[in-house]
Amino acid sequence: MIEVQNLSKSYGSKRAVNSVNFTVNRGDILGFLGPNGAGKSTTMKMITGFLRPTEGRATVGGVDVAVDPVAVKRQVGYLPESAPAYGEMTVLEFLEFIAESRGFRGAGRAAPIDRALRLTHLDSVKIQTIETLSKGFKQRVGFAQALLHDPDVLILDEPTDGLDPNQKNEVRALIKELAQEKAVVLSTHILEEVEAICTRIILISEGKVVVDETPAEFQARQPGARLDEIFASLTKSDV
Amino acid sequence: MQQVTPIFKREFLGYFRSPVAYVFLVVFLMSAVGLAFFVGRFFDNGQASLESFFAFHPWIFLFLIPAVGMRLWSEEKRTGTVELLFTLPITTLEAVIGKYLAAWAFLCAAIALTFPMALTVGYLGDPDWGVIWASYLGSMLMAGSYLGVCSLTSALTKNQVISFVLSVIACLILVFLGWSVFSELLESFLPLFLADLLANFSFITHFEPFQRGVIDPSDLVFFLSLTAFTLFLNVVALER
Repeated sequence: MIEVQNLSKSYGSKRAVNSVNFTVNRGDILGFLGPNGAGKSTTMKMITGFLRPTEGRATVGGVDVAVDPVAVKRQVGYLPESAPAYGEMTVLEFLEFIAESRGFRGAGRAAPIDRALRLTHLDSVKIQTIETLSKGFKQRVGFAQALLHDPDVLILDEPTDGLDPNQKNEVRALIKELAQEKAVVLSTHILEEVEAICTRIILISEGKVVVDETPAEFQARQPGARLDEIFASLTKSDV
Repeated sequence: MQQVTPIFKREFLGYFRSPVAYVFLVVFLMSAVGLAFFVGRFFDNGQASLESFFAFHPWIFLFLIPAVGMRLWSEEKRTGTVELLFTLPITTLEAVIGKYLAAWAFLCAAIALTFPMALTVGYLGDPDWGVIWASYLGSMLMAGSYLGVCSLTSALTKNQVISFVLSVIACLILVFLGWSVFSELLESFLPLFLADLLANFSFITHFEPFQRGVIDPSDLVFFLSLTAFTLFLNVVALER
Protein backbone atom coordinates (compact mmCIF):
# COMPACT_ATOMS: atom_id res chain seq x y z
CA MET A 1 0.00 0.00 0.00
CA ILE A 2 2.75 2.43 0.92
CA GLU A 3 6.07 2.46 -0.86
CA VAL A 4 8.84 4.81 0.12
CA GLN A 5 11.96 5.07 -2.01
CA ASN A 6 15.04 7.12 -1.15
CA LEU A 7 12.84 9.63 0.58
CA SER A 8 14.85 12.62 1.81
CA LYS A 9 14.09 16.01 3.27
CA SER A 10 16.55 18.79 3.88
CA TYR A 11 16.03 22.02 5.77
CA GLY A 12 18.83 24.22 4.55
CA SER A 13 21.97 22.19 5.08
CA LYS A 14 20.41 19.96 7.71
CA ARG A 15 19.23 16.61 6.44
CA ALA A 16 16.17 15.72 8.51
CA VAL A 17 15.35 12.54 6.60
CA ASN A 18 18.10 10.78 4.71
CA SER A 19 17.23 8.33 1.97
CA VAL A 20 14.58 6.29 3.74
CA ASN A 21 13.22 3.12 2.08
CA PHE A 22 10.41 0.86 3.20
CA THR A 23 7.17 -0.79 2.10
CA VAL A 24 3.99 -1.27 4.08
CA ASN A 25 1.42 -3.85 2.98
CA ARG A 26 -2.21 -4.33 3.84
CA GLY A 27 -2.49 -5.87 7.28
CA ASP A 28 0.82 -4.46 8.46
CA ILE A 29 1.15 -2.27 11.50
CA LEU A 30 4.44 -0.53 11.13
CA GLY A 31 5.91 0.93 14.30
CA PHE A 32 8.06 3.94 13.68
CA LEU A 33 10.58 4.26 16.46
CA GLY A 34 13.28 6.74 17.13
CA PRO A 35 14.48 9.52 19.39
CA ASN A 36 12.84 12.94 19.17
CA GLY A 37 13.95 14.80 16.09
CA ALA A 38 15.03 11.63 14.30
CA GLY A 39 12.77 12.38 11.35
CA LYS A 40 9.72 10.24 12.13
CA SER A 41 7.14 13.00 11.82
CA THR A 42 8.84 14.48 8.77
CA THR A 43 8.72 11.13 6.99
CA MET A 44 5.05 10.73 7.82
CA LYS A 45 4.25 14.24 6.67
CA MET A 46 5.90 13.52 3.34
CA ILE A 47 3.82 10.36 2.85
CA THR A 48 0.62 12.28 3.54
CA GLY A 49 1.54 14.97 1.03
CA PHE A 50 1.80 17.74 3.60
CA LEU A 51 5.52 18.22 3.03
CA ARG A 52 7.26 17.97 -0.28
CA PRO A 53 10.26 15.62 -0.32
CA THR A 54 13.62 17.08 -1.32
CA GLU A 55 14.49 13.83 -3.03
CA GLY A 56 12.99 10.41 -3.61
CA ARG A 57 9.35 9.50 -3.74
CA ALA A 58 6.47 8.05 -1.79
CA THR A 59 3.53 6.21 -3.33
CA VAL A 60 0.28 5.24 -1.67
CA GLY A 61 -1.87 2.65 -3.43
CA GLY A 62 0.32 3.07 -6.50
CA VAL A 63 -0.20 6.86 -6.67
CA ASP A 64 2.84 9.09 -6.40
CA VAL A 65 2.25 11.77 -3.78
CA ALA A 66 4.18 14.34 -5.78
CA VAL A 67 2.09 13.67 -8.91
CA ASP A 68 -1.43 13.53 -7.49
CA PRO A 69 -1.46 14.62 -3.84
CA VAL A 70 -5.25 14.92 -3.67
CA ALA A 71 -5.73 11.29 -4.77
CA VAL A 72 -3.31 10.18 -2.06
CA LYS A 73 -5.02 12.33 0.56
CA ARG A 74 -8.33 10.65 -0.28
CA GLN A 75 -6.90 7.24 0.62
CA VAL A 76 -5.08 8.28 3.75
CA GLY A 77 -6.34 8.94 7.24
CA TYR A 78 -3.83 11.02 9.14
CA LEU A 79 -3.60 11.84 12.81
CA PRO A 80 -1.07 14.67 13.17
CA GLU A 81 1.05 14.91 16.29
CA SER A 82 -0.91 16.37 19.24
CA ALA A 83 -4.14 16.07 17.22
CA PRO A 84 -4.82 19.65 16.13
CA ALA A 85 -8.47 20.61 15.66
CA TYR A 86 -10.57 23.75 15.40
CA GLY A 87 -11.14 24.38 19.10
CA GLU A 88 -14.18 26.62 18.74
CA MET A 89 -16.18 23.89 16.98
CA THR A 90 -18.11 21.15 18.71
CA VAL A 91 -16.99 17.58 18.06
CA LEU A 92 -20.00 17.03 15.83
CA GLU A 93 -19.49 20.24 13.84
CA PHE A 94 -15.85 19.36 13.38
CA LEU A 95 -16.60 15.86 12.13
CA GLU A 96 -19.29 17.24 9.83
CA PHE A 97 -16.69 19.55 8.34
CA ILE A 98 -14.26 16.66 7.86
CA ALA A 99 -17.02 14.50 6.35
CA GLU A 100 -17.98 17.25 3.90
CA SER A 101 -14.37 17.80 2.90
CA ARG A 102 -14.06 14.06 2.39
CA GLY A 103 -16.96 14.14 -0.05
CA PHE A 104 -19.83 13.02 2.17
CA ARG A 105 -22.60 15.53 1.57
CA GLY A 106 -26.03 16.04 3.07
CA ALA A 107 -27.64 12.93 4.53
CA GLY A 108 -24.62 10.84 3.50
CA ARG A 109 -22.63 12.39 6.34
CA ALA A 110 -24.56 10.72 9.15
CA ALA A 111 -23.34 7.13 8.71
CA PRO A 112 -19.57 7.76 8.66
CA ILE A 113 -19.84 10.28 11.50
CA ASP A 114 -21.82 7.85 13.65
CA ARG A 115 -19.32 5.11 12.93
CA ALA A 116 -16.37 7.33 13.86
CA LEU A 117 -18.09 8.49 17.05
CA ARG A 118 -18.87 4.90 18.00
CA LEU A 119 -15.35 3.59 17.34
CA THR A 120 -13.75 6.34 19.38
CA HIS A 121 -16.42 6.52 22.13
CA LEU A 122 -17.06 10.21 21.63
CA ASP A 123 -20.85 10.07 21.69
CA SER A 124 -21.09 11.55 25.18
CA VAL A 125 -19.14 14.71 24.30
CA LYS A 126 -20.24 15.29 20.73
CA ILE A 127 -21.99 18.59 21.46
CA GLN A 128 -19.07 20.01 23.46
CA THR A 129 -16.62 22.41 21.91
CA ILE A 130 -13.26 20.77 21.33
CA GLU A 131 -11.30 23.34 23.36
CA THR A 132 -13.20 22.32 26.50
CA LEU A 133 -12.21 18.66 26.17
CA SER A 134 -9.45 16.89 28.08
CA LYS A 135 -6.33 15.82 26.25
CA GLY A 136 -7.48 12.23 25.96
CA PHE A 137 -10.73 13.27 24.34
CA LYS A 138 -8.95 15.66 21.99
CA GLN A 139 -6.71 12.84 20.91
CA ARG A 140 -9.77 10.73 20.21
CA VAL A 141 -11.30 13.52 18.15
CA GLY A 142 -8.15 13.44 16.04
CA PHE A 143 -8.55 9.71 15.76
CA ALA A 144 -12.19 9.98 14.76
CA GLN A 145 -11.25 12.50 12.08
CA ALA A 146 -8.56 10.18 10.70
CA LEU A 147 -10.75 7.11 10.34
CA LEU A 148 -14.00 8.82 9.38
CA HIS A 149 -13.75 7.92 5.68
CA ASP A 150 -12.61 4.35 6.42
CA PRO A 151 -9.27 4.85 4.64
CA ASP A 152 -7.04 2.09 3.33
CA VAL A 153 -4.03 3.70 4.92
CA LEU A 154 -3.80 5.09 8.43
CA ILE A 155 -0.87 7.25 9.43
CA LEU A 156 -0.84 7.98 13.12
CA ASP A 157 1.71 10.29 14.69
CA GLU A 158 1.93 9.30 18.36
CA PRO A 159 -1.66 8.10 18.62
CA THR A 160 -1.48 7.24 22.32
CA ASP A 161 0.28 10.41 23.43
CA GLY A 162 -1.47 11.96 26.41
CA LEU A 163 -3.82 9.07 27.07
CA ASP A 164 -4.17 7.27 30.37
CA PRO A 165 -3.28 3.55 30.52
CA ASN A 166 -6.86 2.41 29.94
CA GLN A 167 -7.32 4.66 26.96
CA LYS A 168 -3.98 3.52 25.59
CA ASN A 169 -5.10 -0.08 25.68
CA GLU A 170 -8.36 0.83 24.06
CA VAL A 171 -6.64 2.71 21.23
CA ARG A 172 -4.23 -0.17 20.69
CA ALA A 173 -7.10 -2.62 20.46
CA LEU A 174 -8.81 -0.33 17.99
CA ILE A 175 -5.70 -0.04 15.83
CA LYS A 176 -5.26 -3.79 15.85
CA GLU A 177 -8.86 -4.31 14.85
CA LEU A 178 -8.74 -1.73 12.07
CA ALA A 179 -5.41 -2.94 10.75
CA GLN A 180 -6.79 -6.23 9.52
CA GLU A 181 -7.73 -4.70 6.19
CA LYS A 182 -5.57 -1.58 6.27
CA ALA A 183 -1.97 -0.53 6.17
CA VAL A 184 -1.08 1.30 9.37
CA VAL A 185 1.98 3.38 10.17
CA LEU A 186 2.32 4.69 13.68
CA SER A 187 5.08 6.50 15.46
CA THR A 188 5.69 6.19 19.14
CA HIS A 189 8.23 6.54 21.91
CA ILE A 190 6.63 3.77 23.88
CA LEU A 191 8.45 0.54 23.27
CA GLU A 192 5.89 -1.70 24.93
CA GLU A 193 3.39 -0.38 22.43
CA VAL A 194 5.47 -1.65 19.57
CA GLU A 195 5.71 -5.01 21.23
CA ALA A 196 1.98 -5.09 21.85
CA ILE A 197 0.63 -4.28 18.41
CA CYS A 198 3.20 -3.78 15.69
CA THR A 199 3.98 -6.39 13.09
CA ARG A 200 7.13 -4.56 12.07
CA ILE A 201 9.59 -2.14 13.56
CA ILE A 202 11.46 0.58 11.78
CA LEU A 203 13.98 2.36 13.90
CA ILE A 204 15.05 5.68 12.56
CA SER A 205 17.98 7.63 13.88
CA GLU A 206 19.43 10.88 12.53
CA GLY A 207 17.17 10.61 9.51
CA LYS A 208 18.28 7.11 8.55
CA VAL A 209 16.62 3.74 8.86
CA VAL A 210 18.75 1.76 11.31
CA VAL A 211 16.52 -1.26 11.79
CA ASP A 212 13.69 -2.75 9.72
CA GLU A 213 12.51 -6.06 11.16
CA THR A 214 9.80 -7.84 13.18
CA PRO A 215 9.51 -7.23 16.93
CA ALA A 216 10.73 -10.79 17.52
CA GLU A 217 13.88 -10.18 15.49
CA PHE A 218 14.40 -6.92 17.29
CA GLN A 219 14.19 -8.68 20.63
CA ALA A 220 16.59 -11.37 19.38
CA ARG A 221 19.34 -8.78 18.94
CA GLN A 222 20.05 -8.94 22.63
CA PRO A 223 18.16 -11.87 24.10
CA GLY A 224 16.86 -11.16 27.55
CA ALA A 225 17.46 -7.42 27.32
CA ARG A 226 14.62 -4.94 27.68
CA LEU A 227 13.52 -3.20 24.50
CA ASP A 228 14.62 0.17 25.76
CA GLU A 229 18.13 -1.14 26.31
CA ILE A 230 18.28 -2.30 22.70
CA PHE A 231 16.82 1.04 21.65
CA ALA A 232 19.48 2.89 23.62
CA SER A 233 22.34 0.88 22.16
CA LEU A 234 21.10 1.46 18.61
CA THR A 235 20.52 5.19 18.92
CA LYS A 236 23.54 6.12 21.04
CA SER A 237 24.92 8.40 18.36
CA ASP A 238 21.80 10.55 18.61
CA VAL A 239 22.14 11.38 22.28
CA MET B 1 -13.83 23.49 -7.00
CA GLN B 2 -16.73 21.96 -5.08
CA GLN B 3 -14.30 21.52 -2.19
CA VAL B 4 -14.49 25.28 -1.66
CA THR B 5 -17.92 24.89 -0.05
CA PRO B 6 -16.95 23.06 3.17
CA ILE B 7 -13.98 25.40 3.68
CA PHE B 8 -16.17 28.45 3.14
CA LYS B 9 -18.84 27.18 5.51
CA ARG B 10 -16.42 26.34 8.30
CA GLU B 11 -14.56 29.62 8.05
CA PHE B 12 -17.66 31.80 7.81
CA LEU B 13 -19.43 30.13 10.72
CA GLY B 14 -16.12 30.20 12.58
CA TYR B 15 -16.40 33.98 12.91
CA PHE B 16 -19.67 33.57 14.76
CA ARG B 17 -18.44 30.71 16.93
CA SER B 18 -15.94 33.05 18.53
CA PRO B 19 -16.42 36.61 19.81
CA VAL B 20 -14.42 37.91 16.81
CA ALA B 21 -17.50 38.51 14.68
CA TYR B 22 -19.43 40.45 17.30
CA VAL B 23 -16.50 42.57 18.41
CA PHE B 24 -15.69 43.37 14.81
CA LEU B 25 -19.26 44.25 13.88
CA VAL B 26 -19.70 46.55 16.86
CA VAL B 27 -16.37 48.33 16.34
CA PHE B 28 -16.89 48.64 12.61
CA LEU B 29 -20.42 50.00 12.80
CA MET B 30 -19.59 52.39 15.62
CA SER B 31 -16.51 53.79 13.92
CA ALA B 32 -18.08 53.97 10.45
CA VAL B 33 -21.17 55.78 11.67
CA GLY B 34 -19.37 57.75 14.39
CA LEU B 35 -16.78 59.16 11.98
CA ALA B 36 -19.47 60.13 9.52
CA PHE B 37 -21.44 62.00 12.19
CA PHE B 38 -18.74 63.62 14.27
CA VAL B 39 -15.83 64.07 11.87
CA GLY B 40 -17.66 64.08 8.56
CA ARG B 41 -20.41 66.42 9.85
CA PHE B 42 -23.05 64.18 8.31
CA PHE B 43 -25.99 66.33 9.49
CA ASP B 44 -24.36 69.75 9.27
CA ASN B 45 -23.69 69.23 5.57
CA GLY B 46 -27.40 69.41 4.98
CA GLN B 47 -27.08 67.09 2.01
CA ALA B 48 -29.03 63.89 1.31
CA SER B 49 -25.91 61.92 0.47
CA LEU B 50 -23.65 59.35 2.10
CA GLU B 51 -20.47 60.99 0.86
CA SER B 52 -19.20 61.86 4.32
CA PHE B 53 -19.92 58.27 5.36
CA PHE B 54 -18.08 56.47 2.56
CA ALA B 55 -15.13 58.87 2.58
CA PHE B 56 -13.88 57.26 5.79
CA HIS B 57 -14.08 53.69 4.59
CA PRO B 58 -10.49 53.47 3.27
CA TRP B 59 -9.24 54.64 6.68
CA ILE B 60 -11.45 52.36 8.76
CA PHE B 61 -10.57 49.37 6.57
CA LEU B 62 -6.92 50.15 7.10
CA PHE B 63 -7.12 48.89 10.68
CA LEU B 64 -10.18 46.70 10.78
CA ILE B 65 -9.57 44.47 7.76
CA PRO B 66 -6.09 43.43 8.92
CA ALA B 67 -7.82 42.48 12.18
CA VAL B 68 -10.12 40.13 10.26
CA GLY B 69 -7.46 38.91 7.83
CA MET B 70 -4.63 38.30 10.29
CA ARG B 71 -6.15 35.11 11.61
CA LEU B 72 -6.91 33.54 8.23
CA TRP B 73 -3.66 31.58 7.93
CA SER B 74 -1.60 32.58 10.97
CA GLU B 75 -4.11 30.95 13.27
CA GLU B 76 -4.08 27.72 11.27
CA LYS B 77 -0.30 27.66 11.36
CA ARG B 78 -0.08 28.42 15.06
CA THR B 79 -2.57 25.78 16.16
CA GLY B 80 -1.31 23.19 13.67
CA THR B 81 -4.68 22.79 11.98
CA VAL B 82 -2.97 23.73 8.72
CA GLU B 83 -1.59 20.19 8.77
CA LEU B 84 -5.10 18.85 9.08
CA LEU B 85 -6.42 21.11 6.34
CA PHE B 86 -3.74 20.17 3.84
CA THR B 87 -4.04 16.45 4.42
CA LEU B 88 -7.71 16.61 3.46
CA PRO B 89 -8.34 16.06 -0.25
CA ILE B 90 -8.28 19.79 -0.98
CA THR B 91 -5.95 21.77 -3.19
CA THR B 92 -4.20 24.85 -1.87
CA LEU B 93 -6.13 27.02 -4.32
CA GLU B 94 -9.47 25.69 -3.07
CA ALA B 95 -8.49 26.33 0.52
CA VAL B 96 -7.29 29.87 -0.24
CA ILE B 97 -10.43 30.72 -2.19
CA GLY B 98 -12.76 29.15 0.38
CA LYS B 99 -11.22 31.03 3.28
CA TYR B 100 -10.97 34.28 1.36
CA LEU B 101 -14.59 34.20 0.22
CA ALA B 102 -15.75 33.44 3.75
CA ALA B 103 -13.91 36.44 5.17
CA TRP B 104 -15.09 38.64 2.31
CA ALA B 105 -18.70 37.55 2.77
CA PHE B 106 -18.36 38.48 6.43
CA LEU B 107 -16.99 41.92 5.54
CA CYS B 108 -19.77 42.45 2.98
CA ALA B 109 -22.31 41.57 5.63
CA ALA B 110 -20.72 44.14 7.96
CA ILE B 111 -20.84 46.81 5.26
CA ALA B 112 -24.44 45.91 4.39
CA LEU B 113 -25.38 46.35 8.04
CA THR B 114 -24.79 50.08 7.70
CA PHE B 115 -28.07 50.21 5.75
CA PRO B 116 -29.80 52.42 8.36
CA MET B 117 -27.52 55.25 7.16
CA ALA B 118 -28.98 54.90 3.68
CA LEU B 119 -32.50 54.68 5.08
CA THR B 120 -31.88 57.84 7.10
CA VAL B 121 -30.90 59.94 4.10
CA GLY B 122 -33.78 58.41 2.17
CA TYR B 123 -36.18 59.45 4.94
CA LEU B 124 -34.78 62.93 5.40
CA GLY B 125 -34.25 63.86 1.78
CA ASP B 126 -34.13 62.69 -1.76
CA PRO B 127 -30.72 61.08 -2.31
CA ASP B 128 -29.35 59.80 -5.60
CA TRP B 129 -29.78 56.07 -5.04
CA GLY B 130 -27.51 55.22 -7.96
CA VAL B 131 -24.62 56.92 -6.17
CA ILE B 132 -25.39 55.07 -2.95
CA TRP B 133 -25.54 51.67 -4.65
CA ALA B 134 -22.30 52.39 -6.52
CA SER B 135 -20.62 53.47 -3.28
CA TYR B 136 -21.67 50.27 -1.55
CA LEU B 137 -20.35 48.24 -4.48
CA GLY B 138 -17.08 50.14 -4.46
CA SER B 139 -16.71 49.75 -0.71
CA MET B 140 -17.23 45.98 -0.89
CA LEU B 141 -14.77 45.61 -3.78
CA MET B 142 -12.23 47.71 -1.94
CA ALA B 143 -12.72 45.60 1.19
CA GLY B 144 -12.01 42.56 -0.98
CA SER B 145 -8.70 44.00 -2.12
CA TYR B 146 -7.66 44.92 1.43
CA LEU B 147 -8.53 41.40 2.45
CA GLY B 148 -6.45 39.89 -0.36
CA VAL B 149 -3.42 41.77 0.94
CA CYS B 150 -4.14 40.72 4.53
CA SER B 151 -4.69 37.07 3.59
CA LEU B 152 -1.31 37.08 1.88
CA THR B 153 0.58 38.59 4.81
CA SER B 154 -1.22 36.19 7.12
CA ALA B 155 0.12 33.25 5.11
CA LEU B 156 3.67 34.48 5.64
CA THR B 157 3.80 34.09 9.40
CA LYS B 158 2.29 32.11 12.23
CA ASN B 159 2.37 35.14 14.48
CA GLN B 160 -0.87 37.11 14.32
CA VAL B 161 0.70 40.31 15.61
CA ILE B 162 3.34 40.30 12.87
CA SER B 163 0.63 39.46 10.38
CA PHE B 164 -1.45 42.43 11.57
CA VAL B 165 1.45 44.89 11.43
CA LEU B 166 2.56 43.73 7.98
CA SER B 167 -1.01 44.02 6.72
CA VAL B 168 -1.44 47.54 8.08
CA ILE B 169 1.85 48.67 6.53
CA ALA B 170 1.04 47.13 3.14
CA CYS B 171 -2.45 48.64 3.13
CA LEU B 172 -1.13 51.95 4.42
CA ILE B 173 1.14 52.22 1.39
CA LEU B 174 -1.74 51.37 -0.91
CA VAL B 175 -3.89 54.08 0.69
CA PHE B 176 -1.24 56.79 1.01
CA LEU B 177 -0.24 56.68 -2.64
CA GLY B 178 -3.56 58.24 -3.55
CA TRP B 179 -4.21 60.42 -0.50
CA SER B 180 -4.20 64.03 -1.74
CA VAL B 181 -1.79 65.24 0.95
CA PHE B 182 0.74 62.57 0.15
CA SER B 183 0.37 62.64 -3.64
CA GLU B 184 0.95 66.41 -3.66
CA LEU B 185 4.14 65.76 -1.78
CA LEU B 186 5.15 63.20 -4.39
CA GLU B 187 4.36 65.60 -7.21
CA SER B 188 6.65 68.20 -5.68
CA PHE B 189 9.74 66.15 -6.39
CA LEU B 190 8.71 63.45 -8.88
CA PRO B 191 7.76 64.01 -12.52
CA LEU B 192 4.01 64.32 -12.83
CA PHE B 193 3.55 61.16 -14.88
CA LEU B 194 5.42 59.11 -12.26
CA ALA B 195 3.41 60.58 -9.42
CA ASP B 196 0.21 59.81 -11.34
CA LEU B 197 1.39 56.30 -12.01
CA LEU B 198 2.02 55.72 -8.31
CA ALA B 199 -1.33 57.25 -7.40
CA ASN B 200 -2.92 54.72 -9.71
CA PHE B 201 -1.95 51.97 -7.31
CA SER B 202 -3.97 53.47 -4.51
CA PHE B 203 -7.26 52.28 -3.09
CA ILE B 204 -8.42 55.88 -2.74
CA THR B 205 -7.84 56.77 -6.40
CA HIS B 206 -10.01 53.88 -7.49
CA PHE B 207 -12.63 54.21 -4.78
CA GLU B 208 -13.40 57.90 -5.47
CA PRO B 209 -15.25 57.34 -8.78
CA PHE B 210 -17.60 54.91 -7.02
CA GLN B 211 -18.38 57.59 -4.43
CA ARG B 212 -19.48 59.86 -7.28
CA GLY B 213 -21.64 57.09 -8.71
CA VAL B 214 -19.28 56.26 -11.55
CA ILE B 215 -18.59 52.56 -12.11
CA ASP B 216 -15.53 52.67 -14.33
CA PRO B 217 -14.32 49.30 -15.71
CA SER B 218 -10.72 50.32 -14.98
CA ASP B 219 -11.54 50.63 -11.27
CA LEU B 220 -13.30 47.27 -11.29
CA VAL B 221 -10.28 45.76 -13.00
CA PHE B 222 -7.96 47.34 -10.45
CA PHE B 223 -9.73 45.89 -7.42
CA LEU B 224 -10.39 42.49 -8.98
CA SER B 225 -6.88 42.07 -10.38
CA LEU B 226 -5.24 43.20 -7.13
CA THR B 227 -7.35 40.63 -5.30
CA ALA B 228 -6.54 37.87 -7.79
CA PHE B 229 -2.84 38.72 -7.69
CA THR B 230 -2.61 38.67 -3.90
CA LEU B 231 -4.50 35.37 -3.76
CA PHE B 232 -2.15 33.91 -6.33
CA LEU B 233 0.82 34.96 -4.19
CA ASN B 234 -1.04 33.54 -1.21
CA VAL B 235 -1.12 30.10 -2.86
CA VAL B 236 2.55 30.39 -3.73
CA ALA B 237 3.42 31.40 -0.16
CA LEU B 238 1.57 28.39 1.26
CA GLU B 239 3.06 25.90 -1.17
CA ARG B 240 6.66 26.91 -0.88
